[in-house]
Amino acid sequence: MSRAVFGESVKRVEDPALLRGEARFIDDISLPSMVEAAFVRSPHAHAGIRGIDAGSAMALPGVHAVLTIDDLRPYLETEFLVVGLPSSSYQQDRNRPALAGDEVVYVGEPIAVVIAEDRYIAEDAAQLVVVDYDPLPAASDCRDALAEGAPRVHQDAKDNLLAEFNMGYGDIDAAFASAAHIYAESITQHRGGSHSIECRGAIASHDPGTDQLTLWVSSQMPHSTLRVLVDMLGRDENQMRVVTPDIGGGFGPKLVVYQEDVVVSVAAMIVGRPVKWIEDRREHFIATTQERDQYWEVEIAVDGEARILGLRGSIIHDHGAYTARGINLPQNSAESFPGPYEVPAFQMNTKLALTNKVPVTPVRGAGHPQAAFTIERLMDRVARELGLDRAEVRRRNLIQAQDMPYTRPLKTRGGLAVVLDSGDYPKSQEDSLARAGWDQFPARQLAARADGRYIGIGLANFVKGTGRGPFEQVTVRIGTSGRVHVYTGGTAIGQGTKTMLAQIVAEQLGGDMENVTVTTGDTAATALGIGTSNSRLTVVAGTSAHVAAGKVADKALQIAAHVLDAPVEDLEIDGTAIHVKDRPGRISNVRVELGALAHAMAGTPGYTLPGGMGPGLEATENVILDSKTFASGTAVVEVEVDVETGGVKILNYVLAHDCGRIINPMIVDGQAIGGTAHGIGNALYEWMGYDENGQPLTTNLADYLLVTATEMPRIDLIHHQSPSPLNPLGVKGVGECGVVPAPGAIISAVEDALAPFGVHIDRAPISPPQILALITQGRAP
Amino acid sequence: MKPPPFTYHDPATVTEAIGLLASLDNAKLLAGGQSLMPMLNMRYAQPDHVIDLNRVEGLSAIREAGDGLEIGAMTRQREVEFSDDVERLCPLLHEAMPLVGHRQTRNRGTFGGSLAHFDSSAEIPTVCAALDAIVRVQGPGGARDIAFKDFAAGYLSTSMGLDEVLLSVQLPAWGAGHGFGFEEFARRHGDFAIVSAAALLEAGPDGRITRASLTLGGIGSAPLRMAPAEAALVGAPGSAETFAAAAETCRGIDALEDIHAPAVYRQHLAVVLSRRALEKAWSRMDADKGG
Amino acid sequence: MGEKRTVSLVVNGTAYEESVETRLTLADFLRHQLGLTGTHLGCEHGVCGACTVLVDGLSVRACLMLAVQAGGADITTVEGIAPSKDRLHPLQEAFRDNHGLQCGFCTPGMLTTLLEFLRNNPSPSEGEVREAISGNLCRCTGYQGIIDAALDAAERLRGQDATARPHGGESP
Repeated sequence: MSRAVFGESVKRVEDPALLRGEARFIDDISLPSMVEAAFVRSPHAHAGIRGIDAGSAMALPGVHAVLTIDDLRPYLETEFLVVGLPSSSYQQDRNRPALAGDEVVYVGEPIAVVIAEDRYIAEDAAQLVVVDYDPLPAASDCRDALAEGAPRVHQDAKDNLLAEFNMGYGDIDAAFASAAHIYAESITQHRGGSHSIECRGAIASHDPGTDQLTLWVSSQMPHSTLRVLVDMLGRDENQMRVVTPDIGGGFGPKLVVYQEDVVVSVAAMIVGRPVKWIEDRREHFIATTQERDQYWEVEIAVDGEARILGLRGSIIHDHGAYTARGINLPQNSAESFPGPYEVPAFQMNTKLALTNKVPVTPVRGAGHPQAAFTIERLMDRVARELGLDRAEVRRRNLIQAQDMPYTRPLKTRGGLAVVLDSGDYPKSQEDSLARAGWDQFPARQLAARADGRYIGIGLANFVKGTGRGPFEQVTVRIGTSGRVHVYTGGTAIGQGTKTMLAQIVAEQLGGDMENVTVTTGDTAATALGIGTSNSRLTVVAGTSAHVAAGKVADKALQIAAHVLDAPVEDLEIDGTAIHVKDRPGRISNVRVELGALAHAMAGTPGYTLPGGMGPGLEATENVILDSKTFASGTAVVEVEVDVETGGVKILNYVLAHDCGRIINPMIVDGQAIGGTAHGIGNALYEWMGYDENGQPLTTNLADYLLVTATEMPRIDLIHHQSPSPLNPLGVKGVGECGVVPAPGAIISAVEDALAPFGVHIDRAPISPPQILALITQGRAP
Repeated sequence: MKPPPFTYHDPATVTEAIGLLASLDNAKLLAGGQSLMPMLNMRYAQPDHVIDLNRVEGLSAIREAGDGLEIGAMTRQREVEFSDDVERLCPLLHEAMPLVGHRQTRNRGTFGGSLAHFDSSAEIPTVCAALDAIVRVQGPGGARDIAFKDFAAGYLSTSMGLDEVLLSVQLPAWGAGHGFGFEEFARRHGDFAIVSAAALLEAGPDGRITRASLTLGGIGSAPLRMAPAEAALVGAPGSAETFAAAAETCRGIDALEDIHAPAVYRQHLAVVLSRRALEKAWSRMDADKGG
Repeated sequence: MGEKRTVSLVVNGTAYEESVETRLTLADFLRHQLGLTGTHLGCEHGVCGACTVLVDGLSVRACLMLAVQAGGADITTVEGIAPSKDRLHPLQEAFRDNHGLQCGFCTPGMLTTLLEFLRNNPSPSEGEVREAISGNLCRCTGYQGIIDAALDAAERLRGQDATARPHGGESP
């Protein structure tokens, strides 16, 4: 019998191998005669390089090579990774060299690579490489970097402005001129790392006989990696393959193509042996991209009833030292600033500042958390100033369900309209408030204060653009073995992609997920691919899989009709075979295995194909989905603040979220909760410190605080399902959603708890010492 | 992040270990490895020789000695955590042990290793300071006892000689029914404390405090006994006012400043956590046992 | 080549006698010399817990031990938890049923840590489970699925005898 699997919490197909320790992550791959790499990295945020002496390192037994950019050049068409997303707003091209030449611009920038028998020896030798540095002044804070006379991040630049753009609509001056109230805020959100528990890694192998270069890489975007390598190495696509093994988390930074991917590839050709590089955690802290440093100067104009008339302001965005992705982050930030609210007039200026820090690219949330934090801080400000309930101010400004789809007169980075496709934002807020006991909270708060306890409640709404297009390729193929094979350019980074695709495909083929195998992230298996980012795969790959599976199912039924000599409408796929449906009083045992159909369609020399059909039992789809689907939701958080230590404990956390139709509720829960954990880190724990010279201060996991099980509250989830009208499955993305409202809701709650001290918080994260300082200020007469 | 090259030694006796220490340049003792191994992996420590104490006999035991406990240097923190003798005779230590790192590090980490590493924000040195522990060490010239007040020699450094091995620690027990309280503020469970406070109290039948010990960890380069607070406590009645006043004497102390907290924050926590530890200790006084 | 020693030890029930470099960590020895790559390295400074294995029944961080120190030890890694090729241990089953893993990279350390914990504490509270895994970092799950899995596993293990016990010594 055919089974329904779409919408069910089926067990994940990924799990058994992972639970048995049989999965194959990048460092689990070992090739014959493989050698290992360690990088020599800049200890300076900015310095000239006068020379590199690798003599002692080369002399160490077990060392095969020490390579600098001079050694790589003969193998490179260009020594730069040109990866910036297109934009007319760039004022400088700042592409990363594969290895630094005569200037290093951030701590951790790779300068040379040691190739040795094993990683131990490679690290021994890397210590022996002597680099003659000429330390230069560094730009650390992105606001200072834009000031007149600031140290230049790159010596050949006239200033540190990488790009600038404006975005807006409506008559902003009129809106502010007519406003009953105008409030200004300066809001800061700090950066953090991705800290997938598996760091990055790459293994390159070159076969001189066939001149084939294969790169295994822990990447969210193998096809991008391939394209960059093709450009840089001047090789043909058919001489290169990029494969992703099991990936131990991505969270954004693994979507970037890195210098190490290129260097390892060239090194394998130079030394004539497979080369493995596994990033260690200290490297991850200094060499893997980070995100979120932004400084917002904003004003909100409201009428006498707290209805928004306009938003305006500016953002300074820390871009880091190079363009490793583009202008996408502050674009996302500015574009999503209005959030789920009606904003009649809007004007933002955005500047991207180069700094002598590791490049900045998306980390889970990608510009959205900063925007959500800022608008929610403003909503709280309006409520406080006007003496209104914080929920009520939001209620008066939320876009209503009947106004969906709602067009915001803004353009995405690709020039497309911003259309909020579906959702019921007021219901999201109301349901989560009810679940969290918002209306009863003031009484509880008073009682707690009488006991000397300071509890507070806060809320934040969010919308998050997901499912960024234009497409993700999926092939569905029934093999002569009878198994269903699914191939996609998307990669599986822990988000359950294989299960998701297996569910979608199995749904069309009789529901037998056991008979479906999913291959992700292999450029040899899928011709076109974009990859995993922006909570996009369920939307774009899911839709291609859905359409492809439907076509394969139709074809299989038609062939079966021919083979079984039965009308198509009498047939049914049960996962491994097609049979004639039972009728009342009559059980049919007429069936044909899918494998037999695939055999028939594989063709036999000299014989016609059955039914006059085209060959094969497969379909490849690239369904074009340009417009983003907008997921949405509300977080309501209750905290207790120890006013003597500044410590914050989260007592209750309600998250209502809407990612359209849900394919696997269990996986969606996991994504929402995991994203929330990341957001709690951004609000209270994760601080990636740099000093004024651009030296990173927190480069181990004892100093950089990831949330552990003892700090993490149980998340109380509410699911809403507003189907997206933009794709046949009605789905939206969920991977990044949890992170977006967390800082806004938590900081709102902390501020509420500390209301007796008049505390106002304008930044995230906030630490106990900072909270205590605010309390002390508030206590002062 | 792989350890640098070194020559590995695994002596079977203390004498052998001391001999190696005395004869080798740039040698490091390896106990449970929970501090040294990360430093090796990060190459912050690059010794030419590593002398592993894990095969040395006779260094891991918890036993009653005199009026207290003797804990062998190589006793795993886990053994201390689950020891009934520790709970009975040194309940302050029993209370602090679950805060030492995590289960996996306590399974391997040793009591003596934590002391020898001497991170002032670690719980074990703070408890030892509170209890006036006596550290027994042995060098080429024989064994000697170091009173805990003389054990510290600066940040992450002790008064042990470079050729001395830590043998055991004697923890004098306080009177039956004494009050004890360990309080710390750490960012996450299992993290090193930003500040910790350890308090011990005994009182007479009249409710007046007869003996007091108050120690702060994480404030300076070593755990600090708060003599002014202790002096203020002895003779005073056990009351909220007494404890608040005693804690207040901690406010002016010099405090560390690092990426986790400015000095002023540590100074503030010193007062808050002292008061809480004292109140907790007082609440645990068992009057029936004359505490 | 650095200094080498010979060590004899038992891993997942199999006895090995191996020549090891004295500076080789236990984690690298298990992964690269014995090919037991299920034990993962997430930080190599003793914070993340991904490399947790059981040494004589006790959970330890394999990045903070030298292989040479494991001589005579009885070690259980994630590969040694399941009772057979086609069956999962109840703890593993519970992880799958409760979505206790996403990318799966921290999972081996979570499983080994919980295996020891649930032996010592067969009926834990949620708070005790949280504390037990507080030395294991997970970036994917927010821990909720892991905690649910641990509580579920405790119930399953209480409901059965010791038949599915993995290899490895009992802890005190």
